[in-house]
Amino acid sequence: MSTVRDWAAPNPVTENRSGLIGKSVDRYEGRLKVTGTAPYAFEVETPSQPLYGHIVSATIARGRITSIDVSQAAAAPGVVLAWSHLNVPTQAQRGAKLNPRSQRGSNPTLASDRVEHYGQSVAFILADTPENARAAGGLVRVAYAAEDADLDFLSSLDLAGPAPGEEDARVGDFEAGYSASEVTVDDTWFSPLQNHAQMEPCATTAWWEGDKVVVHTSIQMVKGGQHALAETLGIPSDRVRLFTRYIGGGFGGKGQSYDDLTLAALAARESGQPVRVAYTRQQMFQATIHRPAVQMRVRLGADRTGRLNAMALEAVTHCARNAPFVEHAANFARNLYAAPHRLTGHRLVRLDIPHAGAMRAPGEAPGMLSLECAMDELAETLGLDPIELRIRNEPEVDPDNAKPFSVRQLVRCMREGAQQFGWDRRNPTPGAVRDGRWYVGMGMATAIRGNFLLPAKAGLRLTGDGLATLTQGMTDIGTGTYTILAQITGETLGLPLDQVRVELGDSDMPPAPGSGGQFGAATAGSAAFETGMVMRRRLAELAAGDPRSPLYGEDPTLMDFANGNIVLGNRSESLAALAARAGPDGVYVEGGISPAADARDWSQHTYGAQFAEVGVDSVTGEVRLRRMFGVFAAGRILNAKLAKSQITGGMIWGVGAALTESNAVDPRYGSFLHQDLGGYLAPVHADIVNLDAVLLDEADDKANPMGIKGVGELGICGAGAAIANAVYNACGVRLRDYPLTPDKVMAALEAKGL
Amino acid sequence: MKPFAFERARDVDHALSLAAASPGARFLAGGTNLLDLMKLEIEQPARLIDVGRLPLAEIAETAAGGLRIGALATNTAVASDPRVRSRYPALARAILAGGSVQLRNKATVGGNLMQRTRCPYFMDAAKPCNKRLPGSGCSAMEGLSRSLALFGASEMCVAVSPSDMSVALAAFDAVAETVRADGSVRRRPVETLHRLPGEAPQVDTDLAPDELVLAVELPPPPPGPQAWRKVRARASYTGAIASVAVAGDRVALGAVAARPWRARLAEAALADGASAAEAAAAELAHAEGPEGRRSLVRRITADAIREAREGAAS
Repeated sequence: MSTVRDWAAPNPVTENRSGLIGKSVDRYEGRLKVTGTAPYAFEVETPSQPLYGHIVSATIARGRITSIDVSQAAAAPGVVLAWSHLNVPTQAQRGAKLNPRSQRGSNPTLASDRVEHYGQSVAFILADTPENARAAGGLVRVAYAAEDADLDFLSSLDLAGPAPGEEDARVGDFEAGYSASEVTVDDTWFSPLQNHAQMEPCATTAWWEGDKVVVHTSIQMVKGGQHALAETLGIPSDRVRLFTRYIGGGFGGKGQSYDDLTLAALAARESGQPVRVAYTRQQMFQATIHRPAVQMRVRLGADRTGRLNAMALEAVTHCARNAPFVEHAANFARNLYAAPHRLTGHRLVRLDIPHAGAMRAPGEAPGMLSLECAMDELAETLGLDPIELRIRNEPEVDPDNAKPFSVRQLVRCMREGAQQFGWDRRNPTPGAVRDGRWYVGMGMATAIRGNFLLPAKAGLRLTGDGLATLTQGMTDIGTGTYTILAQITGETLGLPLDQVRVELGDSDMPPAPGSGGQFGAATAGSAAFETGMVMRRRLAELAAGDPRSPLYGEDPTLMDFANGNIVLGNRSESLAALAARAGPDGVYVEGGISPAADARDWSQHTYGAQFAEVGVDSVTGEVRLRRMFGVFAAGRILNAKLAKSQITGGMIWGVGAALTESNAVDPRYGSFLHQDLGGYLAPVHADIVNLDAVLLDEADDKANPMGIKGVGELGICGAGAAIANAVYNACGVRLRDYPLTPDKVMAALEAKGL
Repeated sequence: MKPFAFERARDVDHALSLAAASPGARFLAGGTNLLDLMKLEIEQPARLIDVGRLPLAEIAETAAGGLRIGALATNTAVASDPRVRSRYPALARAILAGGSVQLRNKATVGGNLMQRTRCPYFMDAAKPCNKRLPGSGCSAMEGLSRSLALFGASEMCVAVSPSDMSVALAAFDAVAETVRADGSVRRRPVETLHRLPGEAPQVDTDLAPDELVLAVELPPPPPGPQAWRKVRARASYTGAIASVAVAGDRVALGAVAARPWRARLAEAALADGASAAEAAAAELAHAEGPEGRRSLVRRITADAIREAREGAAS
């Protein structure tokens, strides 16, 4: 097992001699996507004419199906089969694992007469066209015996219990420290239930080749999907070949598979034809996961100079009764500011609603909406600039565990951000700046998000035509994975980008954990890098041992790679020639990465500072973002354009969280109020008029051999809090109930007599 | 989606005869609302009569000095017409506040008038809704949605019209011209084209099944400045929480009733010399519904009247 010291030595990526690392390379698959020719899971070519499935969803929250009649549907035009729990083919029991090493257990669909949440699958129709399948779905007759259900989070807070397997994190004595503090803040924030709202719904195309099933599906984790389907079908996982090559947005919502995958595979087996199944837009809301609502109480105690003495963030959240999940909204607060007395923890309410699960920056995204506004309140109480308050509480070591930081440029992010944003033009008095009918204000917040490295492998083939092809069971969920892997491979082998191919999203390829938790680039990228280094060694040894090579007999450890050649002194030969002599398939190697043995000896995060300027309509309470700017530090940047795109995309998510995004469970039905993108309001272009981000120079040599870190989730962290703080600065209204919609803002303005 | 027959009309007479001969048929123009509702099985027409290619897209001057806008003129064409922009700017702004560029390129004036409410309980076929399934009840009344009617609602339905365009049309006293299969032509004010829900919220308008909108006619604009204001949770591509159009001494409110709501009480108050705030208060004194929503409409109404009077750009 390696240590971080092994990673600190210079290597082709950190030396970056051909300059591919960091370069704003266009997306590898960009042309396919903008021309509409990248085949998504629902669109892949099938070996023969496909059939189409449609899922029928439950319309009660909890209870039992007392009768279900699919006969009318089965007799409808074009229908091939119609299933309910009464006649669906046998699947393994929920949670069963044929192979103990499977990453997922069985997840059967239509498994019984039980309904556990609104929107659960209750019937499935297979037909010759999607229209006929859907029309027949409307003919399924279901009768239910509804049972009492816990549906409303805020009125169920008394049901909250400890999060399973967790205890509150305590450092010092919070209660004593808080009561002894000269200045305190004690407020409660609410972050609502949110939906991922991916453009591409969950979808699968499946067919069988003998006893093996081939599935193309939209999922972030290749192995997770392969194992879940294999276990559900009760077959060995090597009889499931899963492809997920292009994904139209995941955001955590496709970290798992859903019934489209299971039903497509079952129906393809039953019908003997390829089958396509996609969720409708409405089903995406209730048949997949969501970010749960979180209620957060923050208490801060400080002395008059602004030094924190005590801090607490206590979060209450919810999950589905039989699908445990905790939105860890308090965790980030453990590592952010110094304070000797600390308390953080979570409580969980079990509800009979669709499953809660991971959504972009789980934990930080809602969590920072509370603490970062509490800090703004404390700064105002103390008469301190919010940045100065944070600098006064910048820790020397991780305040949770006293570990040293690998690298922490939070203060520099705030200072550079303040300077570039023009923070000195902020009037600290709320409501002091007007522009016509608009109140105008500025706010800031910090960003913190962990960095992770998971085990991953990759394969690399060099062929006689000089092409290097990287293969990895990794996904690109629109983040740019294809592109950065090509850059890493090119730089490592000294090959120009047009000689590098990247193939992803195939369960037969060397496995990688997929996309999520902003671990994708560091994990898959490090595996690609290590595999490139294996290839370098192999090629050097081949050259040294081959009398036909100009490098024959030389020391392979001294050979270098540049411009498509292997080089030593003034002698060289092309990689193409070397690979051609190795045989018709060229040279193939595999490599991989594992976390360093001592990686956890350092506290390792990505950081940022968010700045926002908003206008608040003095008549209507509408909040409009005027500009937003952030400075971030997230290790070495692989592709400046893609990294910025990830960061600014995250910031836009923060805009949504602050101003528009929310769904509500109707306590009469257990369904969501909004079930389409006309009702669930994510920001649109007109909301984002001036938004930019800068990434600081950084290399984190404790992170991985390349010194890179994740950027996919950092941008959302703290973004919404900066906007809420700007709203306060604009009009003097402190709203702690997200999102800050016009009705709430106007009511607060009226309460102030405005 | 239920299977349906589809026929493209050769001309207006053909469209009307098809409609008269096929009960449950619907006219299809841009399809931006109807097709979505068909996918959800909220609309289940047995036949679609495509009128989208009929020559009804012209925008022409009328002898009276107004404009006649063909029912198939796209929203984009109307909003970008120089005559509309210079003489009816509140209409151009109202249209541009609706939908997205792509939708406005496809959506027609006639279709805009005929679009159905976006009440989330109407849009969810699994929920009781008197407008969708008469007698099933109203989920919205005790529900979670906020954009409920402040005026003209009934015990059966509190849904509001989603059209921004019709709010401005109502302020301009626009008239919708229709024709039926028997050749009869009718002219109705846009303001009252839509019914209030009463006991039959499932019937949106007074139009007969075989009645086709031919055009909307705008009289000359009233003297005086105009104003338009739409309140919404995001800056584009979402329905109004409330809207207001002011044209001279006329005021119309949007997203507060099943039809564009002419604020006649406010207009009367203004005629009596009331201030903008007094006029808005006079109208809202008769509103029902949550205080916050009434207050919002009162505020934007007063502000839009004030803005129009001051001639100030927002």
